[in-house]
Amino acid sequence: MALLRLASSRIFKSPMSNPILKYLPFFTDAEVPHTVAARPDTGLYSAKLGIWLFLASEVMLFGGLFSAYIFLRIGAEPGYWPSGLLNVPVGTMNTAILIVSSITVVMAWAALKMRQLGKYKFYMAITILCGLIFLTVKLSYEWPAKFNHFGVFIKKDAASKYEEFLGNKHLEEAGQSPRWEITGHLLDAPKGSSYEHQAQHNAEHFAHETGRHDAVTPAEDDYVIQLDAVNANPTDKTNDRPHFWPVPMSNKIAVISAKDVESASVFAPRHSTYFATYFLITGLHGLHVLGGILVFLYLWLPVKGGVNLYKTNPEHLANRVEIAGLFWHFVDLVWIFVFPIFYLL
Amino acid sequence: MSLKAFHLVFIFVSILFCAGMAAWSFKTGASDGLGWGCGLVSVLMCVYAVRFISKAKSIIT
Repeated sequence: MALLRLASSRIFKSPMSNPILKYLPFFTDAEVPHTVAARPDTGLYSAKLGIWLFLASEVMLFGGLFSAYIFLRIGAEPGYWPSGLLNVPVGTMNTAILIVSSITVVMAWAALKMRQLGKYKFYMAITILCGLIFLTVKLSYEWPAKFNHFGVFIKKDAASKYEEFLGNKHLEEAGQSPRWEITGHLLDAPKGSSYEHQAQHNAEHFAHETGRHDAVTPAEDDYVIQLDAVNANPTDKTNDRPHFWPVPMSNKIAVISAKDVESASVFAPRHSTYFATYFLITGLHGLHVLGGILVFLYLWLPVKGGVNLYKTNPEHLANRVEIAGLFWHFVDLVWIFVFPIFYLL
Repeated sequence: MSLKAFHLVFIFVSILFCAGMAAWSFKTGASDGLGWGCGLVSVLMCVYAVRFISKAKSIIT
């Protein structure tokens, strides 16, 4: 910054004609007004007005995505909008973690207002920890589990061949939407498929777990899938309702001819509109959580604008924590809408 | 809106979420334990909200 100031002052003789000094006040030592006291015209300190303008734009961003989700879901053909594929207990735990973190960030703010620096550091540390746990669970457990799960959509005219895995007669009698997808762990993929390596790895694991080595199919263009419970026994009435605890995978195997397959993919964005919106919205939300953690870290560490600010202007630090806390509450509020629409409904 | 007010909005939405999840659990039969757990959490959050209002009144202006 000092270098930029020096360079610009060499080019522009007068400080008033220097655009760096004129329009970018943070490059100067100038005092930024209204960081603590409220502006007389708005009744708010400047950062609070700024964060609410920012949050208004965020409402439009996430509102647009939620609207897209609703219209895609309403417009989806029966049987092509998956349900029950996400881990509800893990999602519930993550929701609880975010709610707790919102409480602790308010406690950190209140501690600063009461000039209790030790308590502030403690509650802020818990908030940061909660955010890190949320992201770690999402990135190291939830998403990777999806990338190792496989789904095959069967062509409608070939569905009768796979009735024992789809159970559409049972679903019709129960008045439910038909099922066109068979899901589980891929044990063998057609030759040349990009999933061959993953299938080989799964087949080795399956053989080790069960002692069965019959996963390899004689035909080169078949998919072999270790079935999820719902496809292993599709007429079981307990599979007609959602489960909170994940049902263990069966050891039953399905062999599906590639010519009967409409589309086949791991649970990645390319799998379906459902997973495309799931990864987009949860990914964008995860980026917001990461942003919040970075800001909280800055306010927690002994740096100039962080905890060290307490020595010179504790109210300014309290205002910064309030602004970050408003952002964090918004991010948590978004998750409270994301969780039920993707995990429960 | 201050953080205090936004926190109350957040807690209100969280209470609704917990009550909704309890209703989902009982209605779908996904898990009765979860339903009772969420119901209990929503009651605890109501208690927290009341305590927060009374405490924050004197601390945060």
